[in-house]
Amino acid sequence: MAVAGSAVGLGNFLRFPGLAAQYGGGAFMLAYAISFLIIGLPIGWAEWAMGRHAGGRGYNSCPGAFAAIVRRPWAKYAGIIGVIVPVVIYMYYVVIESWCIGYAVNFWSGGLRLENSGQTVARFAEFTGAAADGSAMSFDSGKVLPWLLGVFILNFWLIYRGISGGIEKMCKIAMPMLILLALILLARVLTLGAPDAARPNDSVGNGLGYLWNPTKVMVVHTAPDAKDKPREVVGAAAIEAAKTEVAASGGALALREAGVLDQLRNPRLWLAAAGQIFFSLSVGFGVIIVYASYMKKSDDVVLSGLTASSANEFCEVGLGGLITVPAAVAFLGVAGVAGQAGVGLGFKVLPLVFAKMPAGDFFGGAFFFMLFLAAITSSISMLQPGIAFVEEALGVGRKVSVTLLGLLTCFGAGFVIYFTGDLKALDTLDFWVGTFLIFMLATIQIIVFGWVWGIDRGFDELHQGAAIQVPWIFRPVIKWICPAFLLGIFALWFMQEILGMDLSSGAAGGVSYYVTDLFGEKASLPAQLSVGLVIVIAVFFSLMTSRARAFQRAEQGLDKDDV
Amino acid sequence: MTTAGLIVMLCSVGTVVSLFGWCVWKVLGTPDEAGKIHSLEFETPDAKRPE
Repeated sequence: MAVAGSAVGLGNFLRFPGLAAQYGGGAFMLAYAISFLIIGLPIGWAEWAMGRHAGGRGYNSCPGAFAAIVRRPWAKYAGIIGVIVPVVIYMYYVVIESWCIGYAVNFWSGGLRLENSGQTVARFAEFTGAAADGSAMSFDSGKVLPWLLGVFILNFWLIYRGISGGIEKMCKIAMPMLILLALILLARVLTLGAPDAARPNDSVGNGLGYLWNPTKVMVVHTAPDAKDKPREVVGAAAIEAAKTEVAASGGALALREAGVLDQLRNPRLWLAAAGQIFFSLSVGFGVIIVYASYMKKSDDVVLSGLTASSANEFCEVGLGGLITVPAAVAFLGVAGVAGQAGVGLGFKVLPLVFAKMPAGDFFGGAFFFMLFLAAITSSISMLQPGIAFVEEALGVGRKVSVTLLGLLTCFGAGFVIYFTGDLKALDTLDFWVGTFLIFMLATIQIIVFGWVWGIDRGFDELHQGAAIQVPWIFRPVIKWICPAFLLGIFALWFMQEILGMDLSSGAAGGVSYYVTDLFGEKASLPAQLSVGLVIVIAVFFSLMTSRARAFQRAEQGLDKDDV
Repeated sequence: MTTAGLIVMLCSVGTVVSLFGWCVWKVLGTPDEAGKIHSLEFETPDAKRPE
């Protein structure tokens, strides 16, 4: 139960539905399933094995583990990504965590009795400060800042005082309750039908179709200009209405079907699906490698990894996706969902579901409070890689390490909470760190495991203490398929999003807004500062790493505590 | 939802429920296994070391 509890986090109930909605479900779900099998599970196992091996030699941080296994100077610098990722993600994760507790208390105090999607969207923007930079900087309980301060102090107080084990025990009770509440919520969502009789196409049935139908039907402009985008239609009645609209358009509109293969040609979809697998399984985070380093040889890393992953997928696919996306379509419509996608989707939609439940304020508050507890377990675990790194790099104790990390993440969270306009800082950090850097680290890890450390040695470590054997098929998957898959997606993504090539026609296409936010006429200052913050942190960690005696010993093949 | 969509949904949800159920059965059904399973736990050994 503890393993299942620790696997549940905001990624399951908030990030996954937002991404599934953003990429239109269907093919995204297929890419997601493939990513789980050929990258999520193998890289997770690789991390468990490498972490425990390094821990046996006294190294607990990601740079230390890389240096001990690879024994080359570059390895410790590559391992820094495994510190940057959790530390930077913590800076915005703690903000989302404070949204959860803020929403919970506002539910319980009756402050979230909202009647339509316009109100929920406006309330979310007001609470988070999405309207403009600096608009969240108020000590009003209807805004995020006081909640963020409380959550931030609570996180570090728990760690500094070394009493986070109490929270862990509490979560053993709270997490099953979260799953029970999610099941109740799921039952309510699936019986919502079409909440607005005037809009019968906005129904839960069509929401499920939006998420799971492999083939998409879209209304497209035959001569589109820059603002014309394809509009998806779901459900027999909506498609009939779209046919009538197309026939009356005089050739300006057309109905087009996009099959699974057409949708799978989008590398951004693959990057997002893989990124979500990494994010929710904590694979490529640098977190598993650190926690595995504290495990004994008699512990079972194979079943630990599989159980945590399967519990996570159960919550994500079986609960998170089935609740939020169908409810979003029922209340916002298909077009509205496409426009509201992102981590905020659940905050904009779920208040409307709770409004249609008996004792909705209580259940709404309880759900967001449980989500807050799930988030606090995740955020505390995100700090451990940074703590272990500072301890090892500077040779200091845990309290000094926690203090240093507290100052750094306080600055980072302050940055995110100030630049809240369009949630630009959060979105930029989530892409460049929460997707891009995780992807880079995962690729490095699987290459190190399969090609540098060696499959045989890795599997020997993996199987010590294990009740089950990893199926043989994962040997070629780890050695060949996984790295090729990751490098292939990365190359296609780079060509499309950075170089602006349209891969279906070979012509020049549009560059991702994550890139245009950084360079050129459309550059955004918060986005540029966000990337600048990550670079400054990387330089700071590199300087610490270059002088660390522990990592030099690891490179020389010495155990940390060898005399 | 189309028939294909329904099939994809049932297969996906069925797979994750079955996999999780199998893991629970394996952990509980193997002697001493529950004590050998770990996750991202908070009380790491460095928290217990004297400063």
